[in-house]
Parts: sequence; C-alpha cells; structure tokens
Amino acid sequence: MSPERGHVFLARRAYFQRRLMDAARLLPVLGAGMFVLPLLWKSGEGARTVVVMFYIFLSWSALIGLGWIVSRRLSGPETADPAGAKGDADEQVRVSREG
Amino acid sequence: MGALNAIVLVSLLYVALLFGVAFAADRAAARGRGTWLRSPIVYTLSLSIYCTAWTFYGAVGFAARSGLEYLTIYLGPTLVMIGWWWTLRKMVRVGRSQRITSIADLISSRFGKSNALAVFVTILAVIGSTPYIALQLQSVTISFAAFAAVDPTHTGEISETGVALWVAFGLMVFTILFGTRNLDANERHHGLVMAIALEAVVKLCALLAVGIFVVWGLAGGVEETLSRIDESAIARWEVPGSRWVGLTLLSAAAFMCLPRMFQVMVVENEDEAHLRTASWAFPTYVMLMSLFVVPIAAVGLDLSPAGANPDLFVLTLPLVNGQEGLAVLSFLGGFSSATSMVIVAAIALSTMVSNHVVMPVWLWMTGGSAVISGDVRTVAIRARRLSIMVILFLGYLYFRVSGGGAALAAIGLISFVGVAQFLPALLGGLFWRGANRRGALAGLAVGFAVWMYSLFLPSFGASAVMPQGVLENGLMGLSWLRPQALFGAQGMDPVIHAFMWSLSLNIVVFAVVSLVSFPQPVERLQGAQFVNVFDHSTPSGGWTGGLAQSEDLMIMAQRIMGAQEAQALFAEAAREQGVSGYLPEPTPDFLGRLERSLAGSVGAATAHAMISQIVGGASVSVQDLMAVADETAQIMEYSSQLEMKTEEQARTARQLRQANEKLTQISVQKDAFLSQISHELRTPMTSIRAFSEILRDGAGIRPDEQSRYASIIHDEAVRLTRLLDDLLDLSVLENAQIVLNLQEGTLGPLLDRAEVAAGLSEGEMAVRRDARADQIRLHTDTDRLAQVFINLMSNARKYCDAAEPRLDIRVAERDGMLQVDFIDNGNGIPAGQQGTVFEKFSRVSENKAGGAGLGLAICREIMARLGGGIEYLPGQAGGAFRVYLPAVQGAAVEAAQ
Repeated sequence: MSPERGHVFLARRAYFQRRLMDAARLLPVLGAGMFVLPLLWKSGEGARTVVVMFYIFLSWSALIGLGWIVSRRLSGPETADPAGAKGDADEQVRVSREG
Repeated sequence: MGALNAIVLVSLLYVALLFGVAFAADRAAARGRGTWLRSPIVYTLSLSIYCTAWTFYGAVGFAARSGLEYLTIYLGPTLVMIGWWWTLRKMVRVGRSQRITSIADLISSRFGKSNALAVFVTILAVIGSTPYIALQLQSVTISFAAFAAVDPTHTGEISETGVALWVAFGLMVFTILFGTRNLDANERHHGLVMAIALEAVVKLCALLAVGIFVVWGLAGGVEETLSRIDESAIARWEVPGSRWVGLTLLSAAAFMCLPRMFQVMVVENEDEAHLRTASWAFPTYVMLMSLFVVPIAAVGLDLSPAGANPDLFVLTLPLVNGQEGLAVLSFLGGFSSATSMVIVAAIALSTMVSNHVVMPVWLWMTGGSAVISGDVRTVAIRARRLSIMVILFLGYLYFRVSGGGAALAAIGLISFVGVAQFLPALLGGLFWRGANRRGALAGLAVGFAVWMYSLFLPSFGASAVMPQGVLENGLMGLSWLRPQALFGAQGMDPVIHAFMWSLSLNIVVFAVVSLVSFPQPVERLQGAQFVNVFDHSTPSGGWTGGLAQSEDLMIMAQRIMGAQEAQALFAEAAREQGVSGYLPEPTPDFLGRLERSLAGSVGAATAHAMISQIVGGASVSVQDLMAVADETAQIMEYSSQLEMKTEEQARTARQLRQANEKLTQISVQKDAFLSQISHELRTPMTSIRAFSEILRDGAGIRPDEQSRYASIIHDEAVRLTRLLDDLLDLSVLENAQIVLNLQEGTLGPLLDRAEVAAGLSEGEMAVRRDARADQIRLHTDTDRLAQVFINLMSNARKYCDAAEPRLDIRVAERDGMLQVDFIDNGNGIPAGQQGTVFEKFSRVSENKAGGAGLGLAICREIMARLGGGIEYLPGQAGGAFRVYLPAVQGAAVEAAQ
C-alpha cells in the first residue's frame, strides 16, 4: 500500500467520519419527526391504538438500528488503533469548533 | 407458609443476593479484576434506574387510563440518548474533565463555582425528589398489600407504614454501606452499580415474563391480544397533541436533569465510549420495557373486576391466575425498580447536600481552617451518611403525611417538571458562553416559583395547602394568576400548563438576565472551559498561587482523600516536577490538579474554598484579575522606564563621548605641557648652569661681564621660581587650602593696579574702561581678584594679534552678580579650544611664548573660591573673558551717585 493511497484513504475516512457526526446529530430530529407523525392521523374517526402502537414500535426499532450503525461506525474497532484514535480526536475537536 | 411470608422471605433473600453481588463487585474492583464491571452493558443497565416503580407498575396503569400516552415517558429519553452527540457527550466530557460530583456541582461549577447556586439546586432537587422517593416506598407497600390480599393465612390489614419504614431502613443501610464506601464521588461505586445492573436485568425480565404470560398465556396469542386491545376502552388513538409532545419533551428534559440520572450517566461513567453503546442500547431497553404494556393493560382491563387498581395489573394478573412464581418475579421487578431508584437518588442527593450544604457550613463553623481542625475525611463521610438518612427519612415522612393514594401517584410527572427547571441553566451553561450566574439563579428561581405555584402546591388537592379561592380565582382575586390557568391559558392539562409556563419563564428570565448582567471572571473562565470543552480538555486552572505551603496542602489532602492516595498524588506531581520526595512545588498546575482531585470528594466549590484558605485566597477573583492587570501595567511602566533609561543612557553616552573628547584633548595638552614645562624648566636651568660654569671656571672675566652673567642667572632663577609658584598656587587652590583675605575695595583702583602689573600702562595696548563703573565697591579678596585681572590683561597683551591692540573692559551688574568683561580685538580663541582653555597646561598657541598655561586654570579656581566664576564669551569682536562675582548690596546705587 503506497503512502499516497493511505493518505487518500485517511482523508476519505475523515470525510465519512464527519458525515457520520452529521448523521448522529440528525438522528434525534428524525426520531422526533417520526414520533409526532401519528398526531396527524387523528383527523377523521381516529386511528386504532394497535396501528399506532405498531408504527411507533417499528419506527423506534428503526431509530435504534440507525443509532447502532452510526455509533458503531462513528468510532468503531477499525479505528481503535492509536493513529486512528488520534485522528479521530482531532476530528472531533475541529468539528466541535465548527459547531 | 402463606404468600405474604413467602414474599417477605424472597425479598430478604433477594436483598441478600444484592448485598453479595455488590460486595463481590467491590472486592473484584479493589483487586483490579473484573473488567466486565466496566463494560458498556453495565453502564447501560445502570441507566435503567430511569425506569422506577412508577414506570414499572404505573406504566400499565397509565396505559389503562390513557392508552399510548405512557410511551412519551420513554420516547423522550430515547430521543435524548439517540441524540447523545449533541448534549450527553458534552455533559459526560465536562463531568469527567471537571470532576463533577452532581448536577448541582455542574451548574455551580459552570457559573463561577457559586455555592449559592449549588445550594439552590440542591434544595430544589431535594424538594423534587422526596415525593418521588415516597412514591417508591408506596409502590413496594402496595405490592406487599396485593400479596396480603390473596393470602388466606393472613388476616387483617398489613401495616403500610410499617412496611414502608422497614423498606426505607433497609435501603438506608444498603446505600450507606455501598454508596459511601469511598469518599471520592468520582470513584465509581462498582458494587452499587453492579447491584443496580442486576436489578435492571430482573425488572426487564419480570416485565417481559409477565407480558409473555399475558399475551400467550391469558390472551392466547398475538392475534387474540390485538383484538382484545381493539375491543378495550383504549382502542382509539385519542392522545391530545399537546400532551403527546409536551410529555415527550418533559421526560427528555427530566432524563437529563434528574439528579439520579446525572449520577449514573455522568458521575458513574467509566469511559466516554460507553455512551456510544448506551445511545442505542438504552433505547432498546426502554422499548422492551414498554413493549407489553398495552397488551397487559388491555387484558387486565378485560379480566379484572371493575374498580381494580390498574397500576397493579403486572402483579395481580399472574397472582389471580395462579402463577405465584411469576407473581414473585414481578414483585421482585417492582421491588428492584423502587430500590435502585431510591439508592441512587439518595446517593446523588446526599452528595449534593453534604458537599454544598453541610461541608460549607462545617467549614464556616470551624473557622474555615481545614488544616488545623479535625479530620475532614471523616466529617465528609459522616455528612454524606447523615444526608442519606435525612433524605430517606424525608421520603418516608412524605409518604406518611400524604398517606399514599392518588395524590402520590401523580407526583411522578410533577417531580419531572420540578427538576426540568435545571435544563436552561444546564444546557445554557454547556452551549452558551454568555450564560452567567445571575441569569441561572434568576431563571431557576422564577421557574421554581412557577412550578410551586402552578403545579406542586395544587397537587396536594384543593384547600390542602393552597386555598380553594386561590385555585379558582387566582392569587388576590386576579384571574390571570389562577394557578392552573396562568395568563389566561385555560383548559390546558395542568402538568403541560405548568411545564410550559415554568420552563418558558425560566428560559426567558435566564436569557434576559444573562444578557444584561456582567459575569464574574471565574464564570467567564469556566464558561469558556465548559462550552469549548472539546477544544481543550485540560481542566481549568485558576490558581495563581505559589504561596501555598505544600505541606499544609498535603495534610489537608490526606484528610480528604486518604493518606495513600494523597501521598501518591503528591509524589507523582513531585516526580513530574523533577523534585525528589513528596512535596512538589505548589505550581498553578499542581494546585489545579489537586483541586480537581479534592472536588471529586467534596465538590468543586468546597475544594476551591479549601485550597484558597491555604493558598491564601488565590482563586481568580476580580482582585486577581486586577492584580494581573496591574502586573501588565507594571510591565508597561517598566518598559517605559526602560525607554527612559535608554534615552538617559544615550544622553550619558553623549556626555561620556564629550568627556572622552575632552579627556583626549587634555591628555594631548598634558603631553604638550610636559614637553613645554621641561623646556620651560630646562631653558632657565641651562642658562643658569652655563653661566654659573663660566663664572666658576672663567678666570679672565671682566667684572661687567661677571655682573651681566650673574643677573642672567638671577633672572632665570626668578623665572623658575615664578613657574614653581604658579604650580604651587594652583595646587593649593585646587585642594581648597586657600585662605581668603576678605576686604573692602573699589573696582577702579583694582583695575588700575592690574593694568600696571600686566604691563598695559606702557601704551602698546589701548585700554578702554567704563569710568562710571570704577566706583563699584567690592567686598572680596581683592588681591586674588587682582591676580585674575592681571592674568587676563597680560594674556590680552600677549596674545592679541591685532595691528592696533585694544582692550575693552566693561562692567555690568545682572541677577546679583557683578560682571567684568575683558574683550580684546584680536582673533580670540579658536572654537575647538574654547572648552579647554581653562584647563591646566592649556595653551592656545604652541608657538607663542608665554607662561606655562596655568594662568587661566588658576583664575578659574580663584573665581570659584570667590563665589563667582570665569568663562569665555564667544561671539565677541575678539578674545573675550567674563569674570563674575557676587555684587555688594547697593553697589550699583553707589556707583550711580
């Protein structure tokens, strides 16, 4: 593996790390949106509890699944090596400054 | 053996198991084993204390009354955990880097380590949590009662208060045993956390087991269960939007602000990475906890007799259907929920109470000298244990006074709204650097007051605490102040109403006061530390010490942290500084580190106070910043002084250069003089020797020749004598050995005498004198003055190179000085020599024959002795000298006459 390729790979990973952070930030917004959606169903004669319950639990599971993926990828075992961890920390610092 | 006795026995065995687990975990941790104790799963499970008995039993009751609304209590925390990247990550990082011990500590630490704020938050937390503890006691009590009701061997009522008392006592013992083992609240309570994790597993298993039994045992499958839900009273989705959104927000806020949640989430956090796992694992846990709630509620409503308490469906459904084992498991689930919540809440609150109330008071009472007075460590642990007892007793008391019942059941959400008041200060402190202490205090006070007025006091029921009239017509009859319809917001759900108003007003006041008031320096420092925690995770300093006695610090640290830990800390710091032994230099770095270590035991504010007592008030105060400013000013002053000094040096250098030039000239003059004086001395001596030899050897010398030779010898001897006299005269004058012979005299005759002596009367040189000035009286050494005049006149005669030499003598009086100017019409003295003309051996011209160059030097010395001076007057027609001396009073008047 040539140094150039390694470099490209790191930059790419840093880029995806930042997108993952964006995803981590957006997840609760998505969750909130999903959880208030049943309020719109009230019009008419009202939705069935069972339907809403299924919807809520399904979206809940989806949210948990997404959260699991994001949190695993955000700093998974593949970045646990010291250099990767360090790069990660730097990345976090930079992003927190941006935010 | 009846069911009641069995349940008591099972409870005792279960408690014994918990004790055993906690003890084993503590031992394993102490031996450094048991890495699984620090796994993210244990951390996630410990978070489950969010699910108290209120949610364990109450969720089913909640669902039975209002359908899916109970989900909001879990959806809020789910969103918070899923959004951990926003807030929790920062909270945990701040908590770890600042060694935060409680939410009160966090808020106080953020806002300038203000103890007032910490006390306020502590009181609010205690008020908000005490009813909640009472609620747990109640749930355990009613679950016992449920067993007693189906126990045929048991007759009569069980003593509810007795059960509650025993439960409270048992919890107290457990909490004190495993919660105050080590003083440092930052050290993890491994045993306790392990026991809580076990309880979390038990309650999840219990609820899932009951759910499975209900769905597949009682209802007969998923299809049948769903149809039962459809047929039940909660078949329709009829949740008001405001409650759905409001309660979700409320539970999210409470999840972050509850003291017990803060304890397990931030304080007991072992590793920031655990949060990553918990972010999805905890939502999974609460989702599973709520999975079977609606089925249980629906089936319970269907099967139970009318009027049965839906809160106890989890317990009664297995019990009445002969599943005693399942009922016991369910009981243990509820028991676990109640006990874990009470234990952690008691630890969190006792830490706050002892650190922010007891310790400051104790420090204040002991005169604040942590070094001299008793063992701080013991005091802190005792304070914490005492606080635990008091808090549990308060919970029990609340339970007794309120008598259980419906008022208590509603307290869960009421308590949530109370602690949610911390949210603006918490989030504002973490994300907004402009947030300050006054804003936080004002916001909290307003939010707290609104909560009290609109929710907490009315919750006791009409006329219990708050008069009926106030409830219906508002305070002082003002309808817009009705507690449950503030500012005309009618028809709202009371909890949502209170939540909205208290939090809105809290935020508004917090923001406005923060905007208009100016924070203290420490607040600004801490604000930067908190908000930008990811930029610089090195914790805050703040010690400008250097005065602290390391030994005193060590004595204090040993008392708080324990001898071993303190010595290790000090030795390590000393080693890092390159100092041998145990006493490092009290550098700001070291003090900051020590403060954080102590803060883990006694809270940031107290630790800060204690160190400042020893270091001598070296906290960053306005005074300190002013001192820093002063220092800066001093540095600036110093640099301006340096500039001045540089100028002065430049001036001095210039002067030195001048002096050097002068010295060089003088040296040249001296060399010239030495050759001159040897010549001057040799010439007469040569003559004297030659002529005296002639006189000695010459036999045939004519008498007239003999006479001439003798007179030559005499003249030369006189010349020599004169030269030597001059030298001697100058030496005497310079050494101030001269004795002045002061006498009265008149200027005119003195000048006449000098003219004659100088040989001016021979007519070669014209002398012009101001006759009017001749009458000026003198009171001085006239002989010496005459010597000066003679010298100047003979110089003029000798050196004036004009064709018709003329000497003007002008007299004037100015500023009390008599000036006599001698001005000839020659070329004068060249500019380069004007500065040295009064030096010894100075001769204007090498060619011109004359004296030895001592005349003007002698004049200068004489005039200095006479109180005046002599100087060369440049810019005249020729050579010009001015002699000045103090004038006699009234001399000019006399002259005018």
